[in-house]
Amino acid sequence: MLDVQVYKQRGAFTAQVSFYSASAGVTALFGRSGCGKTTTVHMLAGLLRPDRGHIRIGDALLFDAARGIDVPAEERGIGYVFQDARLFPHLSVRENLRYGARRARGRATHFRFDDVVELLGLAALLERQPAGLSGGERQRVAIGRALLAQPRVLLLDEPLAAIDVARRGELLPYLEDLRDRLSLPMVFVSHQFEEVLRLADEVVLLQEGAVAAHGDVISMSQSPALRAIVGAESLGAVIDGVTGAIDAASGLAQIRVGSGQLRVEAAELRPAQPVRVQLLARDLILAIAPPSGLSVRNSLAGRITRLEPDGTAWLVFVDCGGVTLMVRVTADARAGLSLQIAQPVWVLIKTVSLRGHVFSRLPSPPPGSKPG
Amino acid sequence: MLSADEWQALRLSLQVALWSLLWNLPVATAVAFVLVRRRFLGRTLLDALVHLPLVLPPVLTGYLLLIVFGARGPIGGWLQRSFGVHLIFTTAGTVLAVAVMTFPLMVRAIRLTLEGIDRGLEEAARTLGAGPLDRFCSITLPLMLPGVLAGAVTAFAAGLGEFGAVITFVSNIPGVTRTLPLALYTALQVPNGNASAARLALTSFTLGLAGLVLSEWLARSLRRRLGREAFHA
Repeated sequence: MLDVQVYKQRGAFTAQVSFYSASAGVTALFGRSGCGKTTTVHMLAGLLRPDRGHIRIGDALLFDAARGIDVPAEERGIGYVFQDARLFPHLSVRENLRYGARRARGRATHFRFDDVVELLGLAALLERQPAGLSGGERQRVAIGRALLAQPRVLLLDEPLAAIDVARRGELLPYLEDLRDRLSLPMVFVSHQFEEVLRLADEVVLLQEGAVAAHGDVISMSQSPALRAIVGAESLGAVIDGVTGAIDAASGLAQIRVGSGQLRVEAAELRPAQPVRVQLLARDLILAIAPPSGLSVRNSLAGRITRLEPDGTAWLVFVDCGGVTLMVRVTADARAGLSLQIAQPVWVLIKTVSLRGHVFSRLPSPPPGSKPG
Repeated sequence: MLSADEWQALRLSLQVALWSLLWNLPVATAVAFVLVRRRFLGRTLLDALVHLPLVLPPVLTGYLLLIVFGARGPIGGWLQRSFGVHLIFTTAGTVLAVAVMTFPLMVRAIRLTLEGIDRGLEEAARTLGAGPLDRFCSITLPLMLPGVLAGAVTAFAAGLGEFGAVITFVSNIPGVTRTLPLALYTALQVPNGNASAARLALTSFTLGLAGLVLSEWLARSLRRRLGREAFHA
């Protein structure tokens, strides 16, 4: 449980951030650079003192200005993975990992050394010095070091930012593993929505130091505030589903979406695998009659619920049996098809366009099973 | 080879430089830390005071020491009354003069490394449960080590050669305050002292050069071991 309500004035910048998250999953702090994300996690960790407010994590009250409570950072039990890893350069990887563990005496051991080393693939790095590690390796060590301090919550401040774009994909699966295998609440700071949708359960959207919107990833993927930040190219509805049968001949897996079925390439999927799929608005096609004679494998029937201008184009919201998809069409197409609210339409999705947009997940741990 | 008197001067120089180094190490570390990390009234004054021996004529520093630490000086008199410690014309006084003269060298070297240490590392240590003293001992101090060692070696080498402040404050007494440069000076003052002066000069030269090379090598090898991550520069 995260209960945060903090206010901080720093020069001309004011951060006023409140959110409450009951789940033990991953809460993403999302927003553009300079919106107050890092300021917020600094306050959570106790590295920056809020002017007003309170911070409660689980049953521990860490800060309460009104009651004069301000637990020092070193006693908060909050794991902080910094953007730049901040490994101690004079210590080996093993000594870095042990640093927090040595100082966690008195706290119950939820994360054992060997397990963390295995989870993060650190065995081969243990005797190395930080100076020789790659960006991704450093972050894995930093995550391991934070976990071994037995934290009650893990803060990850843009852990992918300092890594080459080409190599970010290597760290993401480790982060997904953390989310799926540990029942540890995490706060994940990012300005990349792709990362957020892969990792997070909830999104707190920050804008100019304040919470602009807060909700689960699915509903947030369609929030106007988020759309303004994500940009036209990466905008798309996010849906969670479970794979059905996998057709061995075609190599396609079926995923139930509202009243219809979506076929996706099954390369790394198992039957009955929970998945999250992002359907980019620019990749979807709208038809006003049942399609036939097309190569497109996915066609979902639905009704238009909303039409919104989106720059020079239009964003069409289609309800497909309880799941809302977003389709971007040109103004010309909208006029030509005379699209209207409540009109029955078919949303067409090329299976290959979903490549790289289907993410497998384990079911999130039940709320309240967090350690500490 | 060196004569018995020359050996005595060399031994005394090494002894004096070592003692002043040992006194200076903790004090210079503390002063460097305060100058870099704390903002307080009089910080600029302290900074200037520390660096004064670098810019003053050494004879003047020696004279000031005489005034303050002399038998009738405010500190010297007190030391003598309370502890029976005599500084004038003693080896202890020589150590003090050398310590004061080499102090700024050490503070400068330590300060430079300290300024280069990423404060973020201490923040990280904090989130991992380390309190202030723990952080200083486990993170800050080890990262300061290259500067401390380099400063120590330079100060030691410079201490071997301190002349003006020493001769002014504690005079030139064989076996007590006559260090290498004083012996060299003395040799130059007497007839037929040329051979002795040459030997002493060569000894001083070798020690000074060795000190500088060692200091550079220490700093470089430590920096290499720690990688660039710890330092902004």
